Amino acid sequence: MSLLQVQNLEVHYPGPDGPVRAVDGITFRLEPGETFALVGESGCGKSATAMAILRLVEPGRIVAGRLLFEQRDLLQLSEKEMRKIRGARIGMVFQEPAAALNPVMRIGSQVSEALRIHKGLGRREAFREAVRLLGVVALPDPEGQARAYPHELSGGMMQRVMLAIALSCSPSLLIADEPTTALDVTIQAQILSLLRRLRREFRLTVLLITHDLGVVAENADRVGVMYAGRLVEQAPAAELFGAPQHPYTRGLLRSMPGQPGSSASRRLPTLPGSVPDAACPPPGCRFHPRCAERFEPCATVQPAETATGPDRNVACFLFDERYRPSPSGAAGREE
Amino acid sequence: MNRPDRPLVEARGLRKSFLRRFGFFGARQRSLQAVDGVDLDVHESETVGLVGESGSGKSTLGRLLVRLIDVDAGELRFDGVDLLSMNPPELRAMRRQFQIVFQDSYGSLNPRMSVEGAVGEPLVIHKLVASRAERHERVAELLAQVGLDRSAMSRYPHEFSGGQRQRIGIARAIACSPRFVVADEPVSALDPPVQAQIINLLLELQERMGLAYLLIAHDLRLVEHVCDRVVVMYLGRVVEQAPAAELYREPLHPYTQALLASTPGTRPGELTPSGILGEMPSPLDPPSGCPFHPRCPVAEPRCTREAPALLAPSEGRRVACHLVNPNRA
Repeated sequence: MSLLQVQNLEVHYPGPDGPVRAVDGITFRLEPGETFALVGESGCGKSATAMAILRLVEPGRIVAGRLLFEQRDLLQLSEKEMRKIRGARIGMVFQEPAAALNPVMRIGSQVSEALRIHKGLGRREAFREAVRLLGVVALPDPEGQARAYPHELSGGMMQRVMLAIALSCSPSLLIADEPTTALDVTIQAQILSLLRRLRREFRLTVLLITHDLGVVAENADRVGVMYAGRLVEQAPAAELFGAPQHPYTRGLLRSMPGQPGSSASRRLPTLPGSVPDAACPPPGCRFHPRCAERFEPCATVQPAETATGPDRNVACFLFDERYRPSPSGAAGREE
Repeated sequence: MNRPDRPLVEARGLRKSFLRRFGFFGARQRSLQAVDGVDLDVHESETVGLVGESGSGKSTLGRLLVRLIDVDAGELRFDGVDLLSMNPPELRAMRRQFQIVFQDSYGSLNPRMSVEGAVGEPLVIHKLVASRAERHERVAELLAQVGLDRSAMSRYPHEFSGGQRQRIGIARAIACSPRFVVADEPVSALDPPVQAQIINLLLELQERMGLAYLLIAHDLRLVEHVCDRVVVMYLGRVVEQAPAAELYREPLHPYTQALLASTPGTRPGELTPSGILGEMPSPLDPPSGCPFHPRCPVAEPRCTREAPALLAPSEGRRVACHLVNPNRA
């Protein structure tokens, strides 16, 4: 039984020329205990998807879809019921811990706040539990740091505090939106290794949102690649990196420096053009204007997701038998 | 690679400190040693990568090299000419030869100046164009060189994407045909496919104009791919420098080793070890001896007392570590 099923989710944001389809009908699931990564460039809708799961899309609107979480449709819940899920069943950490923490409240009080609200603990009991959690996330001197204010902590330490808050009510799902993007590589490695340990200890399911494919390769079990509001490919991490199928995924992977087998030239392979304006995306496949392999249907018809393996999907006509006679022929086009 | 004996940029013992105010209305102040005696050479047409964690002093060093901020102590020569003893008019005339590209192209471009104004400004300051019409033509050429259409000229920075704005910043930097460009995290704020486009543009301009770059970056994969030599900084000091291929094949300083180990690869399932313990200490309160010793897995008693000198264990490499350079203090 999946922990979370996102079905045909559509999120619109108001724009100057009518609604912008930030998320345009995406479907994926999270199995208990796994880490699913959503990757893509800025504006592809990956963060909007995460916020939609928490139903925090103001001023946007979730216009369609279902969000089945622990067998309940989150979109059918009242705001009061939803508040019991946020923070308690679904924890979250963001890119900017400094912006998420209250600057005038001591660390210990911020961690115990969630415990008092969601678990009904008393002040003292909550504080003791908060200090214990700060120890769990390996904050040095948890007792002393509980009395510190956020500005006295480094970015890495603040992210540990955010993890302590996120885990305080033993959620089943952790949404981590670019959790290490603002950190140095050394601190990133520490936080990711902590996240892997917490995942085991708390039996967490993680939705990891990032643009860093290196982070994905090392931390995700399965990956969904988003482009202009749509999921273009979903696959287990090893398969995605070993044999990417969608032309966009292939371009994304190739553009990373330090790829094994990259040529002696210092030029990096690039994708031509740029991401389309979300207010007026191209018709058909949204990637077709930048795609070197486009053919007749791409400019007019929206590609549906085609299963290309037991746990793989790709939304590309190259893999759709109705358009291309043999999908193996298309796969054979891989360089 | 063309490597004349005399480096294009030659820094010796550069130092820079800042005053930081503390306490009630900044009543107390302390000095922060951002750059602490750095030697650095950049040769003609060479790309040198400068890496290190936030607060290591790499951006300050970049700004010192192009004289955006004043040097406290040390020597700085450009093409053999002493940059520190020049009077202001001489320095101004010299400036067209070294330029800088910033990470935040939005913050570094005047929002109320059109692209033509921004890219043309250095041409006017250095009197490289005689008329408005000439400026117009020259700006159009520069925009073409960075892959922008001439229709961009009358537009303003906010109308462009991050990648396009970075192209405008690059056009401005190369307007006066410099010989040396400091690129301070030029692609850090961009998505990977856009990063690749901008890096390729920088490489293309280097080939065409024979530019030398100091590329300040925190992405070690990118630095490995693009740079000839790499300099690693920690708490204001250079701890290691080496040709890029050698540094990545065999990093000698424990800090470089940790930095490389912390960089995620691209092979699924291959885990990065949690790297080094702890975080970089505050530059306001640097440790005694080797600045890295509190985090160093192999530190010895002498590391806490004596600061290691930057010595050459082999041709072309320099390392500041007692364990790599034993018995040579």
